[in-house]
Amino acid sequence: MWEILRDHGLLFLVGAYPNGPLGGLCATFLLAGLGLALSMPLALALGIARVSPLAWLRIPATAWVYAIRGLPLLMIIFWAYFCIPLLIGHEVSGFTTVVAAIVAYEGAFLAEVVRAGIEALPKGQTEAARALGLGYLGTLRYVLLPQALANMLPSIVNQFVAVIKATSLAYVVGVQELTLAAYQVNSMTLTRPLAVFAVLAGLYFILCFSLSRGADWLERRLARRRAGVVAAMEAAC
Amino acid sequence: MIAFDPLALLAGEYGALIWRGLATTLALFAASWGLGLAGALVLMVVRALPFRPAGWVVAAIVEYHRNVPLLVQIMVWYFGMPQALPEGVRVWVNAHDTEFIFAVVALALNSAAYMSEDLRSGIRAISPTQAEAARSLGLSYLQAMRWVIAPQALRIAGPPLINQTLMLCKSTSLAMAIGVGELTYRVREIEDATFRAFDVYAVSTVIYLVLALSLMGLGAWVARRYPPAAKA
Repeated sequence: MWEILRDHGLLFLVGAYPNGPLGGLCATFLLAGLGLALSMPLALALGIARVSPLAWLRIPATAWVYAIRGLPLLMIIFWAYFCIPLLIGHEVSGFTTVVAAIVAYEGAFLAEVVRAGIEALPKGQTEAARALGLGYLGTLRYVLLPQALANMLPSIVNQFVAVIKATSLAYVVGVQELTLAAYQVNSMTLTRPLAVFAVLAGLYFILCFSLSRGADWLERRLARRRAGVVAAMEAAC
Repeated sequence: MIAFDPLALLAGEYGALIWRGLATTLALFAASWGLGLAGALVLMVVRALPFRPAGWVVAAIVEYHRNVPLLVQIMVWYFGMPQALPEGVRVWVNAHDTEFIFAVVALALNSAAYMSEDLRSGIRAISPTQAEAARSLGLSYLQAMRWVIAPQALRIAGPPLINQTLMLCKSTSLAMAIGVGELTYRVREIEDATFRAFDVYAVSTVIYLVLALSLMGLGAWVARRYPPAAKA
């Protein structure tokens, strides 16, 4: 296994770069980072629309979220290949297409995280904000979202893990990233598939496992802080 | 310009391909769901054994399947594992539908890992006093499980289990990457042959949505019909 890393480590790390497109672990990171960052605004909009009192916002957002959650990511990647050139009038790279598909897909899942974050806040928060004279948007902007987003942080990190895992599907459509790099290494060495794919699984595991642990840690810290706030409030009463 | 007519696709030879693909998707789904649930029960029981290292092994299995992309798990089985399998098993697998078997193994193990965690958190949510009370009423261990613990734990574990079932149903599409002729694979095949991308995507999207929405509906029904016990 070490020989594989020694001989082909660079391919695993950056793909054929600088003689070709950026690939390997770096491309995986780039795909996942862009995917998560760009799906945040979509998820916020969808999540807020999902709890909106306005039916014309709530119903389409709900339908969209259910439809996306019901489809395999591969189907969404195929749709993206088909739709994006029709929408913007020219072909785009496979990388862009996969990012767009990941944003559409993970945005729907992240929207549910946003919705759950808002719905988990006690009703009194909204009531107090409205009683203080804040409008609907003001309540959302200054009272609900800051608390909901802070509570969502562990879920967002977990979502990042999901996005990293999702980027492996770029391999199916031939976009350079870690899984494709491993496939190429396997085609070159031929005789040691188990070692090559064990290295691949190991790299993903190190990445995702440490992030999952980070999410757990955030979760515990948040729970401790919340318990502290409750204790302080009880002491004050 | 070819006229847009998804329904015409369902008749004729391409229709037959789609139905064959759907049948393979359903077979993959059913086989890996059944094996996955069985595997989840085994993992859960092994983890509950009073032998600590057994618990560590199960935890490692669960973490591997949660932190490595499912596509990579499938590739490890299909490309990597044949090298490590004993000769007899390899010959048997090669004599049968190799791609399908490895896809089922990978999908089932993945579901088993996730489902065992769902079951475990269901059991852990039940207060130990429930088991103590049941035992002191004279129920045996198995009776207490059957009549007191399991009914409550399954109500808690039900929604996440059904959610995992939905994920599994969608994940069967990944088997196309190793050449299993399931629905997504057939979609690609028909698209390559006819260039009628929109028609074939529309048909397969509707099929996946019907499958997924039925599972979501089942989940909502179960959650309503069997709500978790109210906290005292």
